[in-house]
Formats: sequence, C-alpha cells, structure tokens
Amino acid sequence: MLGLIAGIPYWAQSLLRVLGGIVAVLLPAGTIVYVFLFKMMSFMQSRLGPMEAGPFGSLQLFAEVGKWLQKEDLYPERADKFIFKMAPLIVLSSTFLLVAVVPFGPDAWFTNFEAGVFYALAVSSVSVLGILIAGWASANKYSLLGGLRGAGQLIAYELPMVLAVIGVVIQADTMNLQQIVVAQNAGSIFGWDGLGNPYILTQFIGFIIFMIAVQAELTQTPFDMPIAESELVSGYMTEYSGFRFLIFFISEFATAGVFALIASILFLGGWGVPFSWFGWTSIDSIDNWMNVVGPLIMFTKMMLLVFVIMWVRFSYPRFREDQLQRFAWKVLIPLSLVNIMATSVLKVAF
Amino acid sequence: MSPFLRSYLTVVWFGLTAFLLGGLLLWLASLLRPVKPTPEKVLAYESGVDPVGEGWSQSQIRYYVFALLFVVFDVEAVFLFPWATQLERYGSFGLIEMGVFVAILLLGLVYAWRKGVLRWV
Repeated sequence: MLGLIAGIPYWAQSLLRVLGGIVAVLLPAGTIVYVFLFKMMSFMQSRLGPMEAGPFGSLQLFAEVGKWLQKEDLYPERADKFIFKMAPLIVLSSTFLLVAVVPFGPDAWFTNFEAGVFYALAVSSVSVLGILIAGWASANKYSLLGGLRGAGQLIAYELPMVLAVIGVVIQADTMNLQQIVVAQNAGSIFGWDGLGNPYILTQFIGFIIFMIAVQAELTQTPFDMPIAESELVSGYMTEYSGFRFLIFFISEFATAGVFALIASILFLGGWGVPFSWFGWTSIDSIDNWMNVVGPLIMFTKMMLLVFVIMWVRFSYPRFREDQLQRFAWKVLIPLSLVNIMATSVLKVAF
Repeated sequence: MSPFLRSYLTVVWFGLTAFLLGGLLLWLASLLRPVKPTPEKVLAYESGVDPVGEGWSQSQIRYYVFALLFVVFDVEAVFLFPWATQLERYGSFGLIEMGVFVAILLLGLVYAWRKGVLRWV
C-alpha cells in the first residue's frame, strides 16, 4: 500500500489502511457466515436455510445484526463487570492485529514486517487472553470451565502451528510474508516453472498440521470442547447476551477468514500467479494490475480453505478433552518436529 | 520516525480500530436496546436451577505442567525461526547443531510422556 499511496500525508495513509483493514475483516466474516454457516450447513442437513430476507436469504445477515442490536445487554450480578465488558473487544482486536500483516498484492499491504510470520503467530494468541478473561469474569461455573478448557486447548495447538510454519520458513529462507509469496511463485518444480512452487506440494505434512491446528485455534468442531453446548451450555460465552455475544461470534468467523488468508500465503502461493506466465522475475517487475487481481485471488483461496474448515466442522463429532490433548502432544508435536528435521536435511542435501 | 517503527505504529492503529469499532457498535446498540434487569435475569445461569455456591468454584488445575511444556517448546521455536532463515548459509554444520538441540528437547517431551504428565485424567 506504501507504493500506491506514498504521495498523501501520514494520517490519510493510516486512515486508508485502517478502512482497508475493516473491509478485510468484515467482508470475509460476512461471506463465511452466509455462504457456509447459513447455506452450506443447511444443504448438508437437507434443508434450505434462511430464505425469507432478500433473494435466497442473502440479506439475512443484516436482519440478524438488526435483531442483535435490540437485545438487552445483561451481565451477571457477581461478574467482574469491567473486564467482563472488555473481553469480546480483546478477542476482536486479536483479529484486527492479525489482518494487519496479511499482504494482498505486490503493493497492497498494511505492514511489511521482516519477521511477519513471527508477528502473525504471536498476535494470534492474544485471543486466548480474551477467552480466559471472559471465562473468569463471568462468575459462572460453565464459563470458568469453558475458559480454562479454551486456554488449555489453545496453548496445546499453538505449538504444532508454530512448528509447522518453520518448514515453510526453511524453504523460503525468509520470515517476510511478501517474500514467501514471491519465493513460491518464482520457484520451480525440478526446473519446470509453470506452476511456481506452492509449498503445499513440498510441505504437505506441514500444511495438514497447520490446518488441524487452525481448526483447534478457532475452536471449531471437532475441537469445540471449550464451548461444548451439550455439557457447558456455551462455555466462556454462556453469560454473554446481546451485541457483546455477537462480537464474539463475528470475531470467530473473521479469525477463520484471516487464518485461511495466512494459510493461503504460506502454502498456496498467496496473492501471486506463477511469475513465468508473464515473464516477471522479482517483486519490482510485477505489473500494477496485480494490486487489483491479487486481493481477488486471495479471497478465492480463502474461501477454498474456509470451505475445508467448515466441511470438517459439519462432518465430525467432538473430541473428548483428553483425546484432544493427547492428539496435540503425542501426535502433532512429534510429527512436526520430524517434519522440520526432514525438511532441513533435504534443504541442505539439495 | 523510521519506516520500521512506522509499520509498528500501524499495528497500534489496527488494535485501536478494533476497540473503536466494537465500542461504536455497542454504543449504537445501547440506543436501541431495553435496559430492564430483574433479579432473575442477572442470576448466574446454571441451566435454570438456582446457582449453588460461588461462581468462581475450585477446579482442578491440570494446566501447569502443560503450561511449563508450552513455554519450553515456545522458546525452542524462538531459536528455530532465525536458524531456519539462515540454513542455506550454515549448511551441514547448522543442521547437525540444530539436530542436537531438537533431540534434547524431544528427550524432554519423551520424559514428560514416560512420567505420564501428558495424560489428561
């Protein structure tokens, strides 16, 4: 974005970035909720889903927001009121901090950190604080259990996620997300550069581990023990009502979108097309129209990955808490360590 | 201000945006929603039964061993990332060096496994 808006003052640049960030958070969230949660889930369960508001229920989201705006904002008498009210906002801020690092095109980025991968993995765990705070401040036994389970699950699956990304960093030689995209699209598979070298091919195990960890970080079924509705009512969200509950809900699906964006950068080639198609060699030789096409490519890849996440969510039953922890510590972490060593041996050997 | 710090300032703006946007929506809702709390409404929800005892009930903390292990492996990741970007330059020396490091940490995981602390009972 620096290249596109370099001529205008800093405050206007920041304003544009922030507006872009709001679009990048809310647009995927709304699309995901309508296309997958309303429609895909309904079709998988042999029903139509919302059909009344707008053509094929496409305005249902606005009706929902209008409904939630009018709901009473209750908080339990014994609750720790200030942090109870803050918790949804902390979870939402985690989403915004995460989207700040996502590049959407050669010049269409918000921030371009050298250690972008590091930053993304660090801020993605801010939401744990929000969940733990929400669980604790509610002064409710269900909420407390849900919050503790959430924290236990999120730190257990944080590790496989971090370790799975190291394989990508080894291959790309950089932690900058922009350069990871370039490295994939400028790469070649055994000298053939028609597809670039998307790391999903060479880092397939890493990709699978990353997507499982994302599923768990988002507390989507089969990893939804923290909000297990049949035993904990709604886990850490039990006492929330009205718009505060909706903020939790929005940030859950917005984070799903942002994680899918990051996964598509790391493993599917991000905003780029294989550079050999247009004779590009480096990031500076890319034509300007990629700044428009890039976000569309990113959106397509995001929808593809969220489709997989939701497909798994609607298909599998819930893991038990001990199975969930055992799976992270005894399967995913050793597997990802083996993946790192295998990748580095192959990197040094070739 | 250097471009490096500028991009971190952008992060601050993004964090503030979340709070402002959320605050704005909540303010909008406060204009529209009713406020009629009754004693029944503000009672802690326990499936319709009157709550028994404190909401902050004692619960078994199984997490501290997991938290310790998490810290160990997270610190490992901090060392692994810079190494991963420079592996091309280090060559086989760096490979063996990091192999030893990962093996020692893996030993820690195996120890915890054998001790049975990875079991969630």
